[in-house]
Amino acid sequence: MMRLITRHVPLAVTLLACAFLLIPIIQSILAGLTVNYFRGLSSGLTLKWIVQVWELYSDSIFLSIWLALTCLAATLVIGVPAAYVLARNPGRITRVLEEFISLPLAIPGLALALALLQLYGTVQGFRTSWTFILVGHVLYTLPFMVRSVLSVLAAIDLRTLEEGAASLGAGPARRFVDVVVPNAMPGILAGALTVVTLSIGEFNLTWMLHTPYLKTLPVGLADSYASMRLEVASAYTLVFFVMIVPLLMAMQWASARAQRIMQ
Amino acid sequence: MTQRHFISLCLLPLAIFTLAFLAIPLGRLILASGESEAGWGIYLQILQTPRYLSTLGQTVVVSLAVTVAALAISTTAGLYLVRNHFPGRNVLLSILTLPLAFPGVVVGFMIILLGGRQGLVNQLLPGYWVFAYSIIGLFLGYLYFSIPRVLLTVMAAAEKIDPALEEAARTLGASPWRIVTDVLLPALAPALIAAGAIAFATAMGAFGTAFTLATDIDVLPMVIYTEFTLSANIAMASALSVVLGLVTWAMLLIARSFSGGAVAAGG
Repeated sequence: MMRLITRHVPLAVTLLACAFLLIPIIQSILAGLTVNYFRGLSSGLTLKWIVQVWELYSDSIFLSIWLALTCLAATLVIGVPAAYVLARNPGRITRVLEEFISLPLAIPGLALALALLQLYGTVQGFRTSWTFILVGHVLYTLPFMVRSVLSVLAAIDLRTLEEGAASLGAGPARRFVDVVVPNAMPGILAGALTVVTLSIGEFNLTWMLHTPYLKTLPVGLADSYASMRLEVASAYTLVFFVMIVPLLMAMQWASARAQRIMQ
Repeated sequence: MTQRHFISLCLLPLAIFTLAFLAIPLGRLILASGESEAGWGIYLQILQTPRYLSTLGQTVVVSLAVTVAALAISTTAGLYLVRNHFPGRNVLLSILTLPLAFPGVVVGFMIILLGGRQGLVNQLLPGYWVFAYSIIGLFLGYLYFSIPRVLLTVMAAAEKIDPALEEAARTLGASPWRIVTDVLLPALAPALIAAGAIAFATAMGAFGTAFTLATDIDVLPMVIYTEFTLSANIAMASALSVVLGLVTWAMLLIARSFSGGAVAAGG
């Protein structure tokens, strides 16, 4: 009896949780590929919904990829040097600074978007351009880049490495490029994959910041859930899965690798 | 270039970006909440208006229920997966972490596929079973994105528990149930508090899922959204955002003080 509870109940809970998460994913894959979802698979398989999604929403897919890449560039330029300074000078001030730039992890995207809209909503050229959405994405993903790089840099003896390079005559910029960045690479890679994955899936900020002419993939998804037939919405979701799942797996692999290197 | 100059140069992009797009906008948001006729009394008004009060109550109740359910499910599954290695284990683990990258709207759509008008449950069971747009659907949606986040925190902590503790308890004659309550759960307590705080904060602020499912339900993010877009009640939308932000921020501070890492919040 006891053995039954300690062994089989946890297994059952695990399997039920998996079923709860996986069944709707399978449903959406099937629905996106069947002629008529309500009649079931017997109505036949088709790619016409995928084609229709491509015709209707390919712009949103390209916009999301473009935003993810520019967001990555911005978080690299802002985040990597900042993480270096934070790692180099551990102390109270840097701790507060790290806490402050991590606020977008804690404050819901909706609130951040309202804040941005109230300050910049009337700046015409900016409000209606894609860079306004980019600002939201950088705001949300930057803490992930900083923390990922910071945790790797904090685990190595940065000071000794830099002193070695300095005694050989390398200046601060040279040390940053030739010593700090190569050592931080596992963290930069993990951070970069996290930034791209999160940027492509970002909805909460983007919904408030987007304009009718600038729809990202998740904004387009919300649009299709509200106004398209279930098959089209499912096919669009399927396209999203095909993009996001490999990214998620690469991100988990890179994060695990960075952790291994730190130990 | 001296070391000091280089350090300043390194911080410059961050300083400009954070000031322009985080510090000043947040300051503006707080000021905007006091710009209605009520002034700063608007925060008192939240507590005096039944609609806002019931919204706050409802959001807290749903978030608490999700937190408890996610902790129960993910701790059970997480402990099982840490302690048992069997073929297919990694597949189960992958499935359980898959929703981490799903935006809230996609999670909402998953619940519609389960409990909507054309949903699985309505097709399989006789009678009319549509729960996607009710509070149950919202609960399930929040649970959907909470399970993976809690699971990862619990598993990371469970892997660090010394197996010798459990063996010692067993040789001293403790029953499996007592091992769980007296050895494993106390060892996991900090991780459970941290994971619970993250789950609660994420559920409180979840906009995407609520946007897809809560067309008739008043939860805080939806009320903020409608106050801002439909009623153009900027001050109230700002005040409610400040309240929401303070609650989620406090929860994540609790989480951070109990365990180092933080898992992305973004339902």
